[in-house]
Amino acid sequence: MIETIQDFFRWMAETYPKWNFIFFHDPSQWERVVSGFYVTVQLSVVCVILSVVIGIIGAWAQGSPSRIIRWIVQGYIQFFRNIPPLIQLLFFYFALGQFTPTVTGPDGWTEQPIISNVGWAIISLSFFAGAFNVEIFRSGIEAVPDSTLEAAESLGFTRAQTYTNVTFPLALRVSLPALNNNLINLVKTTTQAIAIAVPELLYEMVSIWNDYASAQNAAMTVLFFTYIALVGILAFGMNRWEKKLLVPGFGKAS
Amino acid sequence: MPAWTDQQPIVSIKDVHKSFGSLGVLKGVSMDIMKGEVICIIGPSGSGKSTLIRCVNALNDIQAGSITIEGQEVHDAKLDKLELRKKVGMVFQQYNLFPHKTALENVMMAPLKVLKEPKAEVEKRARALIKKVRLEGKENNYPGELSGGQQQRVAIARSLAMDPDVMLFDEVTAALDPETVKEVLLTIKELAADGMTCILVTHEMGFAREVADHIYFTDRGVIVEHGPPDTFFGSASDPRTKEFLGQIL
Amino acid sequence: MAHSMNATTDLPVILEPKYRGPDALGFSRWLARMPIWALPALAVFCLLWPTVLHAQAVYSVEKIMGIMVKWLPLLVTKGFLMNVVISFFTMLFGTIAGLFLGLGRVSDNGVIRGFSWLMVQLFRNSPWLVLLFIVMLTLPFEIQIGGTYIPVPDWMKAVFGLSLPVMANLAEIVRGAIQSVPSAQWEAAQSLAFTRRQIMWQIILPQCFKRMIPPWMNWYAIMTMATPLVSLLGVTELVTLSRQAMEAEGNNPSLLMPFFGFALIIFFAYCYPIARLTLRLEKNFAVKG
Repeated sequence: MIETIQDFFRWMAETYPKWNFIFFHDPSQWERVVSGFYVTVQLSVVCVILSVVIGIIGAWAQGSPSRIIRWIVQGYIQFFRNIPPLIQLLFFYFALGQFTPTVTGPDGWTEQPIISNVGWAIISLSFFAGAFNVEIFRSGIEAVPDSTLEAAESLGFTRAQTYTNVTFPLALRVSLPALNNNLINLVKTTTQAIAIAVPELLYEMVSIWNDYASAQNAAMTVLFFTYIALVGILAFGMNRWEKKLLVPGFGKAS
Repeated sequence: MPAWTDQQPIVSIKDVHKSFGSLGVLKGVSMDIMKGEVICIIGPSGSGKSTLIRCVNALNDIQAGSITIEGQEVHDAKLDKLELRKKVGMVFQQYNLFPHKTALENVMMAPLKVLKEPKAEVEKRARALIKKVRLEGKENNYPGELSGGQQQRVAIARSLAMDPDVMLFDEVTAALDPETVKEVLLTIKELAADGMTCILVTHEMGFAREVADHIYFTDRGVIVEHGPPDTFFGSASDPRTKEFLGQIL
Repeated sequence: MAHSMNATTDLPVILEPKYRGPDALGFSRWLARMPIWALPALAVFCLLWPTVLHAQAVYSVEKIMGIMVKWLPLLVTKGFLMNVVISFFTMLFGTIAGLFLGLGRVSDNGVIRGFSWLMVQLFRNSPWLVLLFIVMLTLPFEIQIGGTYIPVPDWMKAVFGLSLPVMANLAEIVRGAIQSVPSAQWEAAQSLAFTRRQIMWQIILPQCFKRMIPPWMNWYAIMTMATPLVSLLGVTELVTLSRQAMEAEGNNPSLLMPFFGFALIIFFAYCYPIARLTLRLEKNFAVKG
């Protein structure tokens, strides 16, 4: 089966020299694509999770009685929200990367920084998307009317019980559409990690077509549709979740 | 403190003062309510009647005076709020159901999450309560699928699920349209007939006259006049009461 | 849900959330909310950074100032000006294409509608950088029109690459604005025997035009902030030049803050008034309807 496919693409590369899907018939190129894809997925998943965690913690901290904590969170949001992520990445990696300690690498003789370029990409992108998530969750929490919380209080719910049973489930429903957009944006932004040589899908594809000029068109096509598919899967999943949580007479319905 | 017996007032309000900032809302309000009594508090808007029953449920605090329920002081820093709220149920003007839960789940939520009672038992009781408020068949509807009157009856069932000794109703029909007011009032009437102690803030004079044991008229933070319905409506003496009744009736 | 919306159940079950994403003026709102002193504060911070953090073993403030003064004219005239030029042309092409794509989204021809939908989905949901790479490498370096060859410079290719996502997003704005015009307007115009095309161009679009200006400017600011992306493809602009300048000055880490700081400041200084204007226009239009 695999060989038939490989033969087909080998034949295609010979017949149409501009459409050399090299990674479909050369196992070593295929491995590069897979590893790039794997890094992209890994980067996306880790950053999505971290940014949501940052968002929840930040939204909670913004309701803190301490003015200093609120200022810190506000400062964080203002700083990260719209400095272009590219500049954030470059700055984190080149400027802050200078000051982190180094450890001895696995080979026993090279020194490498304790935080790799992948690490910096994760940190930078998570904080970037997290800053948006803080605002998204906070506005979700604010959208729950005080009177509903009061009803919970009058039924004997403690503050924590009210938060987990009423505030959070309602705020989540309000936040989902905006969260959906932001996470999609995050997945698209992972491509910018190429600026600090993170070997994700775009990086691997670019190096493939730099090595094999004949593969350029093929690699671009696959690259384009892979990202569309990745974003599509995320959007599909989030929409399903949104629909599942949708209750009649609430938000969009009615 | 001697143990409370049902010969004593179940709710006792003594000289309560409450202000929001510099705005005095309650200026020395007192009333005693015996077990099984139905009390209606009436009066113009802004007269402090809603604030009073919110203070009874400790949703607002008070500056001076005392409120006791079954002999237990409500405004005591050491008060176990959960104990208080098991004794006192409250229904709001805007129903305030949890929109992401079905009618049945709304009723079940507090016993399950707050009292941590076993689910099967809670569900059985909740279904009985839904039936009691005449909403059989609507168990699995979400609040958004129910009319205002139906939502309000779910809210009543939700409070009853905590098995309270006293029920507070804060203008529960004010946001409803006329057809659905009736069904809610009927539910409250049945509740009163079962012997539930009820404190109602209401504008429904006809209803107050029919079900109340005692009527209080408040204006600008004080009780102007009170008495059993027949005396109250028949021979109100204070000019403010007369004026108010004149506008309403 | 026959009886779901009883006249009396319109009580606030949930309040209108205040958050708006960057697409819906969120970016301008954020930018415009910054106090005006943020700019000098940022400038001071960037200048003081090297002295505070690692005063020893690196360049002195005087030396950094000297380097900055030396490079600034070039950074502005060959760097930032390029970002502005790119953003200007991108907006021009993006707007024209976006207008037609947006009209296609509300066309009464199903095929056009479907095709426009597909275009919008494809270009809204793919990473900008991927589009940039594809366009930059596929476009020829010169185009033959008639007998003459017209060279296509790198930055012009970048403009085409950035125009695609801008086009798709503006198309959605156009569609939203058109659909926000009450259908009674269509009916009234139809009853006056206007053709569909006349209604669109003479009655509907002039009405939505005002409504589209604030989100359009918002997108201009978003896109301008994204122009440094083209530095990854070797197009000369501010970030490319900054990195080259830092390299020429020995790649000392204490130069990062002044150089990137300058980039932030100049972008901020350019986009801030636009954001303020965007919000003011939106407010004016909201009052007048």
